[in-house]
Formats: sequence, structure tokens, C-alpha cells
Amino acid sequence: MARPEHAAALVTGASKGIGAAIAKALAADGWLVAVNYRSDEEGAQSTAAAIEEAGGRAAVVAGDVTAGSPEELLAAAEDALGPVLALVNNAGVRADNLALQIEDEDWDAVLDTNLSAAFRLTKRAMRPMLKARYGRIVNIASVVGPRANAGQANYAAAKAGLIGMTKTISHEVARRGITVNAVAPGFIETDMTKDLAADVVKAIPARRAGKPEEVAAAVRFLASDDAAYVTGTTLFVDGGMSA
Amino acid sequence: MATAVTPEAVEKVVFDALPQFGADPDEITREATFEDLDVDSLDLAELSQIIEDEFGVQLKGDDVGKIKTVGDAIDLVVSRAG
Repeated sequence: MARPEHAAALVTGASKGIGAAIAKALAADGWLVAVNYRSDEEGAQSTAAAIEEAGGRAAVVAGDVTAGSPEELLAAAEDALGPVLALVNNAGVRADNLALQIEDEDWDAVLDTNLSAAFRLTKRAMRPMLKARYGRIVNIASVVGPRANAGQANYAAAKAGLIGMTKTISHEVARRGITVNAVAPGFIETDMTKDLAADVVKAIPARRAGKPEEVAAAVRFLASDDAAYVTGTTLFVDGGMSA
Repeated sequence: MATAVTPEAVEKVVFDALPQFGADPDEITREATFEDLDVDSLDLAELSQIIEDEFGVQLKGDDVGKIKTVGDAIDLVVSRAG
């Protein structure tokens, strides 16, 4: 089945970095895009403006994926653009430390944003997708989770959990034309990674960091009609790190 | 606005919804089991959403797990609304 006309996509955490690149890529592929942000309104407005300038349609939707209700967030996107038939759970945070030194609040915050919020949004987002017999859910995971990375036990647990959730929900709704996949970026040049040591590049077979646009291209594919038969999988965009 | 919950109104919504899950309209009765109608757990979850949208009555997963027949589902919705 082909994507219904005027279908909207909600991208969480789309004010900058990977999320902004995903919002732009989906818009370029014909999706109406709800650009969600928590604190960087300027960034979100600039993402939306870039989409509109390129001839697409976007709406900025404010909301903390952990604090607000998923109902409010989805309803705001639906009010602005119509039925949301694609959800990209991209909003993520890090609070790195050795496991011995991870405080409960840093464990909870990372699990809440990166995993629990994605589940709650997915649960709500599937309703219109079930009605439409069409949907695309893409969860932005990480090479960390499938792979170890000292100092990120909370992040790894959340991202591995996201992949497990992706696989299971994909089975539950596959026969309704809804696909659920994950994209696992490796080391990507963004604000979130700029404090990481430069020598991390030596561990990447491609010997360079990835670009947000390279992650976005994978999401764009998984959200497209071409990927209708791809579900429950994790697409690694990591310059070979996890191979 | 939610529709008033009467057994007749719920029966109509349920009967009207079931064919979209592949149930044969001729076989839909209060006595028919969801198993006979080939209505599975995902279908029931979706039916619960339709009922919630129509009547504002929320059915939990535990509730839905207990029902066997179409009549059970209708009675459950009516009892939850009371």
C-alpha cells in the first residue's frame, strides 16, 4: 500500500543534529513534518523554515517527551498537519559515567527519555496508523547497546531496550501495514558528541565521523514505500563500527 | 461527544466494526466467539480503541483477555460505563 496523501511525520528532538536532518529528509520525501523540540525553539524554527524554503510543509511542536503527555504532543501535530502516520523517536539524552558512579537520577533520566518516552509515543501514535492500515515507526537507537561502551551503561540499556521494543512491536502490527524499525548511528558529528575524544575516529573502519544527513537518509528509506517489507530490523549507520 | 452507552448502541458499533477485521457479517451474533470469527488479540485491541473513541469507555488489556464471545464484549462495555 502506498503512503496516503498528506501524511504527517512527527520527529522528536528535531531542533538540531540528527533530528533536524531527519525532519528535512522526510520533508524532501513528501512528508508533512512536525518538528518537535523541548528547549531549543530557535533551532526548531530554523529546521521548519529550511523545510518550507525547500518547498515542504512543517509545523513546530513544543513539548518535552518525558514531561508532557504523548496525547498532547500527537494531538498538537495532528491539529497542525493532519494524521501522523510516521513517528521518529529521536529525542535522546546522555548522562555518562562509570556504572559505579551513575546516580539513580541519571539512570532514570536516560531511560525515561530514550526508552520510556519512545514507548508511550509509539503506543499513542499507532492508533491513527491502525485506522489507516499504514504506518512507519523509526526508533533512533545506537551502536551503543548492541555493543559495549564503557561509561554508558544507562544509555546502552536504553538503546538496547529500544531495539528489543522495535522488534516486538513490529511483530504485533506488521499485518496492519505498519513497519517498526530502528536506525543505529555510530559516531555522528553533532552537539551531543562534540565533547568526545577525537581519537574515537581511529576505531571506525571508515576513519571518519558520520554526518547527520547520512543517518537521515536511512530513516527516509525506512519511512518510504520502498521499505514496506522491511520491519523489525536495525539499520546500522556507523562506518562499519559494529560489523 | 461520546455516544450514550446502551446495549443496543454498543451492539451496533461492535457488529459494524467486526467485518473490517475479516469477520463474516453473516456469522456475527452475540453468541459467536471471537475465535470462531477469526478475530485475534490485535483485532480486539483495535476494537477497544473504536469503543473508546465512540463511547469514552476504556477497556484494559486484562478485561479484553477475559472475553470470549461478542456478547461478552458488549456486556463488558455496558458494565464499565455504569
